Amino acid sequence: MNPIIVSPILLPLGAAILALLLPRRWTKAVGVFGAAALLTAALFLLRLVLRDGIQVMQIGDWPAPFGITIVVDIFSAIMVLLTGVIGFAVSVYSLFSIDPKRHSYGYYVLFNILLMGVSGAFITGDLFNMYVWFEVLLISSFVLMVLGGERAQIEGAVKYVTLNLMSSTFFLVAIAILYGKLGALNMADIAVRVSATQDNLLIRIAALFLFAAFGIKAAIFPLYFWLPASYHTPPAAVSAVFAGLLTKVGVYALVRTFTLIFIWDRAVTHNAILVIAGLTMFFGVIGAAVQFDFRRILSFHIISQIGYMILGLGLFTRVAIAGTVFYIFHHIIVKTNLFLISGIVKHIKGLYDLKKLGGLYSSQPFLAFLFIVPAFSLAGIPPLSGFWAKFLLVKAGLGLHAWISVSIALLVSLLTLYSMTKIWAEVFWKADPVEQDNSFKKDKAYYSMLLPIIFLAALTVVISLYTEPFLNVAFKCADQLLNPSHYIQAVLGDVAP
Amino acid sequence: MIVVSAVLIGVMFTAAVYLLLRRSIVKLIFGLVILSQATNLFIFTLGGLQKGNPPIVPEGATTPPMPYVDPLPQALILTAIVISFGVLAFTLVLMHRAYETVGTDDLHQMRGTDR
Repeated sequence: MNPIIVSPILLPLGAAILALLLPRRWTKAVGVFGAAALLTAALFLLRLVLRDGIQVMQIGDWPAPFGITIVVDIFSAIMVLLTGVIGFAVSVYSLFSIDPKRHSYGYYVLFNILLMGVSGAFITGDLFNMYVWFEVLLISSFVLMVLGGERAQIEGAVKYVTLNLMSSTFFLVAIAILYGKLGALNMADIAVRVSATQDNLLIRIAALFLFAAFGIKAAIFPLYFWLPASYHTPPAAVSAVFAGLLTKVGVYALVRTFTLIFIWDRAVTHNAILVIAGLTMFFGVIGAAVQFDFRRILSFHIISQIGYMILGLGLFTRVAIAGTVFYIFHHIIVKTNLFLISGIVKHIKGLYDLKKLGGLYSSQPFLAFLFIVPAFSLAGIPPLSGFWAKFLLVKAGLGLHAWISVSIALLVSLLTLYSMTKIWAEVFWKADPVEQDNSFKKDKAYYSMLLPIIFLAALTVVISLYTEPFLNVAFKCADQLLNPSHYIQAVLGDVAP
Repeated sequence: MIVVSAVLIGVMFTAAVYLLLRRSIVKLIFGLVILSQATNLFIFTLGGLQKGNPPIVPEGATTPPMPYVDPLPQALILTAIVISFGVLAFTLVLMHRAYETVGTDDLHQMRGTDR
């Protein structure tokens, strides 16, 4: 029993409490420190899991199916690590870019609670406990979204809150059905019992409810309308952390449940996922094509990228699952970075409207270069990380002769390139349409915003050029996900069949 | 008992969906409240409605006196009630603020962020 297993929950919680208790001038330092501690702990955790296998902790020492179990396999450890990376980058970014009023209303407290909720959802092995962590991250994201109280924020939050409450209800209904039918809440235990009672109508219904619940969170095809209506309303730092982490919690939960529990009828479930993945990719990217707001374009691209991740889950081969994991890894870093760049553009020019922006290439050539890295990576230009992620998925798709899915995936990456080129042309390349005074001074806010962008862009470059270790981890992770017996045995011990 | 409960839950879910589909934000809140209560009842019913002893092991014994009831659904509902209470309180404040800022209680008018 190693305390580092629960540190992704305890460290942000401790930072949040300290940020509340300590005098105001310490808040920023504690906020950044909490995220940095999470990042460090996550690195150790991933190393531990890669070396010693799946780590399990029974909270309160209750034996496995009865108490709450914390389980960290490679997938969880990767997700926690990404939470740490994004949390650290965005907490530095927020230092001076978030206005003092938002800081004084407890921005960093909420931010750390959000990190705690996200990490908790990633490492819990209990379905009801996952619901609780979902609520923790939801309530802090609600407050972060409306903090500041601008009209657009409130309007966006009405949609965001309502849809997410619906999703929580679906999740609870699914938990109720599973508990009523199987008498289990521990995910490993549920997996064992589901495989013993094959082909049961109630379990299918529960699977459907879970799919809808996580689908709303992940913003998949018919359930995504809340995302582009709300993600562009809060300050850039907040929308960056939402864009990077929150929808991916939904994807994580989908991957976890549909590789561990609902795997007995893949001809139905995973083919349905495949169809939905195609539709999600396509409609997300089409939605982006008509937009002229920096962050609304990026929001629609989140949706289409979610489609790629789900695509790997639907194909369900070793290469495909590794592709999904690698895609999540690449996407979180790149997408957060793009949102951060939109924020720094706002800081320089004062707006997000593409039609009124321009001329940044001549005034900020270095920033233009920093935009190129994540933008081309998102579109999948070799040798950047997005290319490797898409390569794995397309390779898996071709191996299964899934021609339609593969053609949609390729078409969508072309359209992604179109969108990124549009942003490039409008924001950086064309002449400034309004003759503004170009007397922007590089203040400390500018540098605190630029540093995390450089950090994330450098990470993207490292993943792109030094891909092999990351691919190895992704494949190890896929092996673990495709053999749920490891997970079950780690949780339940030798009693499992 | 199960039938009564099932019908009640069905009616509550129907009412909640009907209210959620209305345009007024007040009805939206009522819809969310009824939805979460219906879910709690749903957990309660699916956990098994039976009469029995409290699941407490008497001194000297190793099991509770038969037949005993499963305490877990009630623990789940308790957690869900607390969470939904907090979230709904937040929603109430949010909707009030939305009414003040946007100046309308009609959800169809709140389209500023959709374009």
